[in-house]
Amino acid sequence: MTAAAASSRDDRSSGRERRERPSTFALILNNRLAAAGLVVLCLIVIAALAAPILPLADPNATDPASRLAPLLSPGHLLGTDALGRDMLSRLVWGTRVSLVVGVSASLIAAIFGSAIGLVAGYAGGRTDQMLMRLIDLTMAFPYILLALAIVAILGPGLINALYAIAIVNVPFFARNIRGITVGLARREFVDAARLSGKGPLTILWSDILPNVLPTIVITLSTTVGWMILETAGLSFLGLGAQPPQADLGSMLGDGRKVMFTAPTISLVPGLMIFLIVMSINLIGDGIRDALDPRLRSGALARPAFRTKVAKGRRKADTDGEQEPLPADAGGVGLDPLPAGEGGNRYPPLPCRASPPQGGRSPSVGLSERSISPLEGEMPAGRGGFQGRDGDDVASDRNDNPVLAVRGLETDFHIGRSVYHASNGVDLTIRRGECLCLVGESGSGKSVTAMSVMGLVPSPPGVIAGGRIGFKGEDLADAPDRRIRELRGGAVSHVFQDPLATLHPLFAVGDQIVEAIRAHQPLGKRAAEAKARDLLDLVRIPNAAQRMKALPHELSGGLRQRVSIAMALANDPELIIADEPTTALDVTVQAEVLRLLDTLRRERDTAVLFITHDFGVVSEIADRVAVMYAGRIVETGETAEILTRPAHPYTRMLIDCVPVMGEPERRLDAVPGRPPAVNRLPPGCAFADRCPRVQPDCREGEIPLETKRGSLEARCLHPLGPGEALAGGADPLEARP
Amino acid sequence: MTPPSNVIEIRDLARTFGGGRTILGTKKPQLTAVRGVSLDLRKGETLGIVGESGCGKSTLARMLVGLDRPTSGAIRLDGKDLSSSGTRALARRVQYVFQDPVSSLNPRQTIRDILEAPMRHLLGLGSKERKERLEKLIEDVNLRPEFLDRYPHEFSGGQAQRIGIARALAAEPDVVVLDEPVSALDVSVQAQVLNLLDRLKRERGLTYVFISHDLAVVESVATRVAVMYFGEIVETAPARELFRAPLHPYTNLLIRSAPVPNRKRQKASGDSGELPDPYDPPPGCPFAPRCPRAEDNCRAAMPALEAKDRGKDHRAACFHPLSRR
Ligand SMILES: Nc1ncnc2c1ncn2[C@@H]1O[C@H](COP(=O)(O)OP(=O)(O)O)[C@@H](O)[C@H]1O
Ligand code: SF4
Ligand code: SF4
Ligand SMILES: [Mg+2]
Repeated sequence: MTAAAASSRDDRSSGRERRERPSTFALILNNRLAAAGLVVLCLIVIAALAAPILPLADPNATDPASRLAPLLSPGHLLGTDALGRDMLSRLVWGTRVSLVVGVSASLIAAIFGSAIGLVAGYAGGRTDQMLMRLIDLTMAFPYILLALAIVAILGPGLINALYAIAIVNVPFFARNIRGITVGLARREFVDAARLSGKGPLTILWSDILPNVLPTIVITLSTTVGWMILETAGLSFLGLGAQPPQADLGSMLGDGRKVMFTAPTISLVPGLMIFLIVMSINLIGDGIRDALDPRLRSGALARPAFRTKVAKGRRKADTDGEQEPLPADAGGVGLDPLPAGEGGNRYPPLPCRASPPQGGRSPSVGLSERSISPLEGEMPAGRGGFQGRDGDDVASDRNDNPVLAVRGLETDFHIGRSVYHASNGVDLTIRRGECLCLVGESGSGKSVTAMSVMGLVPSPPGVIAGGRIGFKGEDLADAPDRRIRELRGGAVSHVFQDPLATLHPLFAVGDQIVEAIRAHQPLGKRAAEAKARDLLDLVRIPNAAQRMKALPHELSGGLRQRVSIAMALANDPELIIADEPTTALDVTVQAEVLRLLDTLRRERDTAVLFITHDFGVVSEIADRVAVMYAGRIVETGETAEILTRPAHPYTRMLIDCVPVMGEPERRLDAVPGRPPAVNRLPPGCAFADRCPRVQPDCREGEIPLETKRGSLEARCLHPLGPGEALAGGADPLEARP
Repeated sequence: MTPPSNVIEIRDLARTFGGGRTILGTKKPQLTAVRGVSLDLRKGETLGIVGESGCGKSTLARMLVGLDRPTSGAIRLDGKDLSSSGTRALARRVQYVFQDPVSSLNPRQTIRDILEAPMRHLLGLGSKERKERLEKLIEDVNLRPEFLDRYPHEFSGGQAQRIGIARALAAEPDVVVLDEPVSALDVSVQAQVLNLLDRLKRERGLTYVFISHDLAVVESVATRVAVMYFGEIVETAPARELFRAPLHPYTNLLIRSAPVPNRKRQKASGDSGELPDPYDPPPGCPFAPRCPRAEDNCRAAMPALEAKDRGKDHRAACFHPLSRR
């Protein structure tokens, strides 16, 4: 059974992935500071625990004869205090007391605080209001005052100090935990638990608490240190440990009286407090970093302004041959020609209306640095594009691609594995043309599209090879300044979630004005007028008024129109739209698609449109490129690819979705899952899921070749025109 | 009175959010998400509910399973009103499958914990019985028994949704409410889940309420369809009938807006796609501002959901319904 086969494959991969991800403990140890803190703390704790069996003097035995002995005096390694008590012994016993009190106070605070937070967060409504107002009230006092007040009521003493510190810290836990719980309580799995018949207490205990526990641990580990410090503070003031009992705070207090004659007496406990708090905080930070899922996935650093381009990236798509980039660019790239092209130096990136030559195209030089940043937006660079006959291209721009991506390789380096998210992709889009990129999620559509403007987050993303030709200029080589100028200028983006590009706190009108003025020397008035025109253009009713609206005040459809308006603000030559209508309702989607279609035709804009919906494809695309596991597996003209695809994957992708007007059609799911792009099998990446697979499919590299008509496919056994896959009738041909 | 074939009868169901007053005495804005829905669910059918986001589909679904309480109206299960008795009473008979399969599974529980909960809390089964049923259940949804001891993050979207379906079925319900069960899934696995749902329905004699904004999906699974607009049902009909010849202009707009591979759509008249302001609902037909057939009387009074000229099963809330093409 296919499902079983697929799942067995899944097992193996998920098992391996689990092993690749480091464990929490390993992560903590990996953090050097945290590991150092752990060592120090362990030593201290062991000493404190072993106090009764260590050969120590009685910590409370006074000996006025040898009072204030200096460090390293015989019998008293750390000297003695004003009453002649052995400092070393007092330090070890005092540390023991301080640790016990601090840790117990933290645990008490954690338990009560978390309980309050959980109940308030889950119950919501009035219970939440009451509990949190109470918590706010206690937080309104400076905590030391509150602790003093509590001790004043309960009376001095170590246990009372412990309660005071615990009570003072309860709000801290309560607020933190409540915040998390409120978020969790609205999660669907809590609804699922309710539907499983669980009561509120069961849900809190078995569903919410386990998810809150990491936060509790983080909060605890980052506060224990402070609580020890606070306990020491109270003892220092004489409200905690009562003489003769030693804890670090009271030792410090004793030392204060003889600070000038014998500074070591206060120095020794002071140093110990420092060591404890410091080591605990280092460990706490380590734990926090290790448990925080965002940090865990390796996204520690803020992403760079643009995707890192690997030094010496591969520039030809001939099987990953290394081709060092000439360090100083006057010349033309030293591109090896693919075998069979006979040393015949062809003009650079294809510019004729013929379909792109895909993987076999002679990707000879985009002239490196033919445009200096200062020259700005020159249409086609010197020595950039040439027509087939070697004419100067500027006169013949319509035939030139706006975007010509060649052999693009974008990798993600995660841990020790390298994911080839984009694995030698060629894309060509001419003026006024719309190319749709389709494929399953994770096939690399977004990464490919984002690589164009260097929007793939780095780390972990790296452009490891290929050229990104934008009107003759290789954007992978362009300086940051040039990229900044192009982004939102000649090249603009529309994303699935318009909120990703719109700032939540500024009126949409102002944001468009800002976008305009960032790229055009316009006054505020003129820019405002232009912004209004843009909103009219995208048919936002009542544009003048909507200018003042905040993004969240608009519906999803309107918001997406605003981001389209923003994308159009600087008359882009290329719009990159990543699933711009996926989150929209059908009626709105229809509107937005029509809008984009009209606008790109009127303005002759090139569009790279990502979608997974073949209905949308036939609505808007001139040409289609189907992506699978980081590669283009088929490309061709829309009508042809939709009715008579050559690649089995394209056929299956089309057949697996229901289509309006054909309710009786059998739906054949694509069995299994795509391969992980860090362990691609040799040969065809689709082989494991392909019904037409033959032994030769799993052997060598399969090129993207012309099959018939406008279709190019990466397949050794392509489908004939209108041929169905074994097992299913060809639905399109069979339609009555 | 109740015809035995109705599993669930919904009568004048409404749900209002917000409202009331703040501490300072000012009125809080009030929004009616579901405004007077009456609907029968017949045994063994798949009732598709379609409509744009924000039209009240999910609120209706959540009330059906007791995750939300109606402000007014009744939900009768086999003739007994259960609308205000909460989740537990309904969960035994009516279960729910969530849109986002991953977020509906507790990340810190094993699949076994998740699937056992309904058996323990709703059916009160002992551990031996649970174990037996569990293995059967997990195989029923095409997953292997060793998956039971894994955690949700180890599963793909399609697998996670099959677990979500298994959780819903663990309580042995009669009715399953599926709220956009395949919308969050990759297109390549949607068919797996749809085919699975179809088989389970046949094997277990289930009744489905299938909510989706994807008309093609609804058309392929539903036997009857209800179209919702602005908190109301504006048309119900047997699925084939509805998609072939809708009565309501809104249904017609929806059908014409759905993109279909290889069919360039005829240009629709510039529809803004905007719902009326729910805080300030217009009088009369809420679709009137977008409706090409609207006339004066549409803005004056709300049309009732009633049978037109297509038999008693095809009903629409419209003064000027479309004629059969
Ligand atoms: N920031 C990132 N860090 C690590 N891996 C990533 C990141 N973004 C994308 N990927 C990986 O790259 C591959 C392609 O992803 P993507 O381009 O988003 O696919 P698509 O857009 O086709 O759904 C996937 O395997 C994905 O997990
Ligand atoms: S190359 Fe072979 S395995 Fe790959 S898609 Fe073609 S027939 Fe299938
Ligand atoms: S009642 Fe009038 S406005 Fe409403 S849908 Fe019918 S024709 Fe249109
Ligand atoms: Mg994507």
